[in-house]
Amino acid sequence: MNEIIIEAKAIKKTLGRGAGEVQALRGIDLALRKGELTLLMGPSGSGKTTLLLILGCMLTPSSGTVTVCGTTTSNADKEALARIRRDHIGFVFQSYHLFPTMTARQNVQLALDIRGQHGRDAARKSHEALGLVGLEKRARSLPDSLSGGEQQRVAIARAFVANPSVILADEPTSALDGENGRAIMRILADIAHKRDRAVLVVTHDPRIVSFADRIIRIEDGVLADDKSEEGERLRLPKTASWP
Amino acid sequence: MSLVMTLATRNLLHDRLRFVATLIGIVFSVVLVMIQMGLYFGFGHMVTTMIDHANADLWVLPKGAKSFEDPSLLEVKLRDKVASVNGVASVVPLVIGFSDWRIESGEVTPVFIVGVDLKADALRPWNVVEGDVRALSQWGTVAVDRTYFGRLGIKKLGDTAEIRGHKVKVAALTDGIRSFTTTPYVFVDQKEARFYTGTFPSKASDLIIRLKPDADRAKVIQDIRDRIGGDTEVLTTNEFRNRSRSFWLFGTGAGAALFAGAILGVIVGTVIVAQTLYSSTKDHLSEFATLRAMGSSNNYIYSVIIYQALLNAVIGFIIAGAIGYVVVRATERSALPIMISPWLVAALLLLTIVMCVVSGIVAIIRVVRIDPASVFMR
Ligand SMILES: Nc1ncnc2c1ncn2[C@@H]1O[C@H](COP(=O)(O)OP(=O)(O)OP(=O)(O)O)[C@@H](O)[C@H]1O
Ligand SMILES: [Mg+2]
Repeated sequence: MNEIIIEAKAIKKTLGRGAGEVQALRGIDLALRKGELTLLMGPSGSGKTTLLLILGCMLTPSSGTVTVCGTTTSNADKEALARIRRDHIGFVFQSYHLFPTMTARQNVQLALDIRGQHGRDAARKSHEALGLVGLEKRARSLPDSLSGGEQQRVAIARAFVANPSVILADEPTSALDGENGRAIMRILADIAHKRDRAVLVVTHDPRIVSFADRIIRIEDGVLADDKSEEGERLRLPKTASWP
Repeated sequence: MSLVMTLATRNLLHDRLRFVATLIGIVFSVVLVMIQMGLYFGFGHMVTTMIDHANADLWVLPKGAKSFEDPSLLEVKLRDKVASVNGVASVVPLVIGFSDWRIESGEVTPVFIVGVDLKADALRPWNVVEGDVRALSQWGTVAVDRTYFGRLGIKKLGDTAEIRGHKVKVAALTDGIRSFTTTPYVFVDQKEARFYTGTFPSKASDLIIRLKPDADRAKVIQDIRDRIGGDTEVLTTNEFRNRSRSFWLFGTGAGAALFAGAILGVIVGTVIVAQTLYSSTKDHLSEFATLRAMGSSNNYIYSVIIYQALLNAVIGFIIAGAIGYVVVRATERSALPIMISPWLVAALLLLTIVMCVVSGIVAIIRVVRIDPASVFMR
């Protein structure tokens, strides 16, 4: 079995206060492994984003533990959590979250910049990352002049450029048409398989299940029928290829 | 080069309107502080012009005299007592005071008479551009400043007017001897000064003392004090200058008013910059949250905000400086020039930076309260 990158145990999370209090997660156990693309599916409001943010150390669980590459996050302060994200995690969001005033290349390079990597070397790496998502020609474009699919590819290049152990993507294809959605999934699958990373994709999108090594369903803050946990791993054709 | 600067600059220029508003705030506040402080220094300089141009080591003043213009008098006979002190080279009585100047049309304007002892080199008109100061020895001659032509109702050397009913003729013209009060200085011979100001021959306003080169100043001061006693004071030129200055600046409240204006400028500027920087930061919150999700340290985010603050400061300061330059040039020859020294410029730059950085810190404090995760939960 592949090495575990992120392991979550007995995660509970309460959101809001007082009358608005919601039990978003009610005891979740989950492990993300190297070389595996995991889909997390479930209805709206079931706790997918909450779980993704907890796995990515952006939110702290109300109870339970998260371990990232062997480091337990329970006692980490905000800066220590930021360091864990910097060292191990790349995020991709549904609405891209690119910096509108920066070019595609600069958007990617920001991920290196915050890690203290500046200058020519950083620019070259950023170019290469854009090349991997097929956008080397758009390096100087501003996000506004890119299509949705292109913007999401820039976001993936940004998440990937600093070599994280895991990519966490929250509905990366929901804003895209089928063709663009498949292109994004192909890239994410390649990152999992060819680059041997853990990839978690939160989605409602039934069009992309064929890219998954494993599908986890969540409902009302609890996981249901994780096929891989039962040993019945999905065997799907890996048609995806690196562009 | 780090992308911090790129990001900060682009964010700043992206919101043009806000950027302009911020700059207006900074420029307004810096110019306000600059003018108030420039007036303060200009005023502080103007009130001591006469003292600065007197050829004096020590001044003997009537006890409690607050400034050069103080109307109180002392006994002229003290002169001999002071002159006999070891180390004193010369003692010259000074006669000054207000009087009335009447022009041909009959209009009367107040003037400040300064008596000149031509035999001594204690205090006489400087910057003489036309005529000759020596002509003052003739009865009925005066030296005035040409910047006061309008107020004195004259146009050129040789023109005439009346002081206290006596005809006087302009025998010398100076340039730039101006008073911060709007009353023009008129230099006349010592004897005439008594006449125009109604000062008895037994009285004088001050005694101007020169010391011998090898005199022990402290000892001379003590000896003079011992000899002339209670109703007078002995001050060095520097002490007299400081006393005059502190009287006009603080005794009158003028300095306090100028400072209050300056502080107001600082407060207004800080509030405006803090507000615009905060709203800018809030608008870019999703970007800062994204940086945080990418694993950036808070310091990285703070440096973007602080860099924005510094950019505001530097650009605002340059504009304010240009305005200040124009103001300085425009008031150079007025009764109250705004004086901006290199030190004041440096202090203002520092102030601008501190103001903007404080605003940046306010923005940071308010921004860190917002949980970046909330941006991705929507
Ligand atoms: N700040 C909050 N305060 C209270 N409840 C919240 C807060 N944020 C989210 N919730 C609730 O927590 C639950 C889980 O939210 P979450 O965003 O994780 O769901 P999701 O599965 O990602 O939904 P979607 O598919 O719509 O993105 C929802 O019921 C939501 O209404
Ligand atoms: Mg969600």
